[in-house]
Amino acid sequence: MSELDVLMKAYGEAGGDKAILEDKDIAHLVASGHKLLSMKSVEGLEVDARETLTGVSAKVTVKEGTKIKNPVHLCFGILHKRGTQKIKMDVRLEKNASAHFIAHCIFPKAEKVRHIMDAVVEIGEGAEMRYSETHYHGPYGGIEVVPKSVVRIGRNGRYLADFTLIEGRVGTLDIDYSVEAGENAVTELTAKVFGHANDEIKIKEKVVLKGDNARGLIKTRVAVEDEASAEVTGITEGNAAGARGHVDCMEIVKDKAIAKAIPIVNVTNPLAKVTHEAAIGSVDKRQMETLMAHGLTPEEAVDIIVKGILK
Amino acid sequence: MSLLEIRGLTYEAGDKQILDDFSIAIEASEVHALLGTNGTGKSTLAYLVMGCEGYRPVSGEILFDGQAINHLKIHERAKLGITMAWQEPVRFEGISVRDYLTMKHKGADPSQYLEMVGLSPDLYLNRMVDKCLSGGERKRIELASILALHPRLAILDEPDSGIDMLSTQDIINVINLFKQKGSSVLLITHREEIALIADRASQICNGKIVCTGNPGKVAEFYKSRKCFVCDGEVCAYV
Repeated sequence: MSELDVLMKAYGEAGGDKAILEDKDIAHLVASGHKLLSMKSVEGLEVDARETLTGVSAKVTVKEGTKIKNPVHLCFGILHKRGTQKIKMDVRLEKNASAHFIAHCIFPKAEKVRHIMDAVVEIGEGAEMRYSETHYHGPYGGIEVVPKSVVRIGRNGRYLADFTLIEGRVGTLDIDYSVEAGENAVTELTAKVFGHANDEIKIKEKVVLKGDNARGLIKTRVAVEDEASAEVTGITEGNAAGARGHVDCMEIVKDKAIAKAIPIVNVTNPLAKVTHEAAIGSVDKRQMETLMAHGLTPEEAVDIIVKGILK
Repeated sequence: MSLLEIRGLTYEAGDKQILDDFSIAIEASEVHALLGTNGTGKSTLAYLVMGCEGYRPVSGEILFDGQAINHLKIHERAKLGITMAWQEPVRFEGISVRDYLTMKHKGADPSQYLEMVGLSPDLYLNRMVDKCLSGGERKRIELASILALHPRLAILDEPDSGIDMLSTQDIINVINLFKQKGSSVLLITHREEIALIADRASQICNGKIVCTGNPGKVAEFYKSRKCFVCDGEVCAYV
């Protein structure tokens, strides 16, 4: 079985649809470790990818006015127990372009693995980018994942991103995302992570509302159990007239786990408004009682509540 | 034998006595309205019967189908057929109305229960049971979820509060549905027109039942603002 077949088998087992590689209308980029295994583009999408000594570097451009119909799939992984993968991404959406990128990061056997993502994203005037990133790190927790991205959104542009890691172990996760929103731009950053055993979760997301009437939402949902720990920092700056931002963090803590939330709100323009809410604690007692009054056991009730907030 | 029998229940919160040697019996398939002003112990009684955390009586017995249930936890009481719709139902992020209504009976068709409470399945099944619902919508969905459980005893804590006046008939219809399906209902309410559909009614004052019987007569007694707990004077708790 080729490395591509093995990676796609793991991808399928993690819930992905392997048929995307065969579809001529779906663009994709697949890399395992330091190797580029498969790549396909569609009209209006330029992908310039190459292997580096430590991973893969890719420059992706969506040409002006192009609306990419089907999601572009990015599949990165390490199939071995040990290894390092550094992904460098340079993504540009030109004026009025739009695309949805779905990234699958798969490390099914990770015992001592490092995955480092360094992305720069430029979203042109009136352009829209959706970015959905789902991780699967396997059952051992021997992985360190460090995704970093710097995003700039032009006038009337939109950037909607979500990060999900709710199956299997987390290992060590250190997210650092920063978004700068121009005039009338909109951004939403959502992260959902479930930590177990001794997983360590660090999420830092920053939105700078730089242009007039820019909008930003940072939404984080984290559940930790056993001896896992989580620290969530949500920063929003309102620096222009009419800018509106909100930071919404909810963390559920079970067993001996530890959670921390740090919402930071900076406003430098009197016509901007930024709000925040953070809730950390065990599962809500009233929610538990309601579900138990419906006949669910306490364990079933906790499971449904946690899955609900991570959905 | 009554379906629910409460004998001499006394409950204290701190140094305040909320229920005082309280007794009541609810028969199978009976709708029993409980009237009383704010702070007289109606919701506390509901929490005690459901077995909510922190609600343990000082003395007295709660019998369900002849079995003492004081020691049972909420889900154990639910398994016996007791359930409850809270006065202010909680919200659940990430749980759809469809999933909420079929949580216990996975294969069931949830549409019929929404229709029973006057909500369109097309509009509501895929919505979340979260803060996007209005208070009235959430209450109706809670009632639908209780109907879907086919309980032996449904405790409805002010099902009419937060519901617009025009929808009062919908709530009356729902309560009648419980009765038609053979469920008993402990109906906590302030509204006479809701209480009047009950088979029997009781008035609670200062943690005691002061009047039981025909709902019309109990409602009149309730409105008279007099009770024997207050020695025939104008009731201090009204």
